[in-house]
Amino acid sequence: MRLRSGTILLLVLLLTVLPLALPSPAGQEEPFSGADARAEALITRLRPDYTPWFRPLWEPPSGEIESLLFALQASLGAGLIGYYLGFARGRNLSAGGTRERVHD
Amino acid sequence: MHIMEGFLPLAHAVGWNLAAAPFVVHGVRKLARQMKENPETKLLLGASGGFAFVLSALKLPSVTGSSSHPTGTGLGTVLFGPPTMTVLGGVVLLFQALLLAHGGLTTLGANIFSMAVVGPWVAYAAYRLARRSGASLAVSTFLAAALGDLATYVTTSIQLALAFPDPAGGFAGAAAKFMGVFALTQVPLAISEGLLTVLVMNWLAQYSRPELQQLRVLSKEV
Repeated sequence: MRLRSGTILLLVLLLTVLPLALPSPAGQEEPFSGADARAEALITRLRPDYTPWFRPLWEPPSGEIESLLFALQASLGAGLIGYYLGFARGRNLSAGGTRERVHD
Repeated sequence: MHIMEGFLPLAHAVGWNLAAAPFVVHGVRKLARQMKENPETKLLLGASGGFAFVLSALKLPSVTGSSSHPTGTGLGTVLFGPPTMTVLGGVVLLFQALLLAHGGLTTLGANIFSMAVVGPWVAYAAYRLARRSGASLAVSTFLAAALGDLATYVTTSIQLALAFPDPAGGFAGAAAKFMGVFALTQVPLAISEGLLTVLVMNWLAQYSRPELQQLRVLSKEV
């Protein structure tokens, strides 16, 4: 089975967009809140007396700064992959490789 | 799957740090040896770490009406093995604990154990089994990435259930509740992660045959 890149991206897009289009389960205060936050709420329900005994050393001062850092994390990673793939593709072409698909 | 800072009782936090430590030490040694033996694969190692960085920053909506993120550990595991991925995953988790207040230093051991130890080892087992039974590189990679992702979230649910048993249902009751939050949400995300990992692996199989052969992901004679 060999899926083309376009098909794969389409499938991922579908898996991501479909939940947004489906009617979300009833009784939610905020649709699509983070699972980590929901686990935190569940802990508070299971053990109402539990208080975290350690605070993060530093917290992003606002939601904007937090998204900035998340975007930085994603772009760092994407940059590394993009750099590598460009390098590998160029090396492959200059070594006389072809643009055609190689089968494994 | 990030257990937030301070959200594990002291004994659990210490226990998971102790449990994760030998895997990290072994991983660092293995990584150093790999880089000495195959220095040509350094760039590919960077790209594998980059993959985990991107995927774990993407918070995607799921059918449960909640959002979560993939782990991105499957790719590096198939290429470099679970010990090396433990180190890369640990770096991602440390970055998020220090700069994003996501996860934490006291819960770092627990988070490393789920995302950078259990996930990669499950991914590796799935990959080896699939390869041995004759599955293609793409199918094996998909299974590795998707099952490793899911195993990470199941592990987090178990870790939290151990620390916070249900007053009525005990450990099992709490595990079911935490899995309802984590594992169920993760199913479509695990499929997405599997597909994205196959996408990158297809490119690598096309452009990076020498490295993949050196790492024995592809055999030489093909």
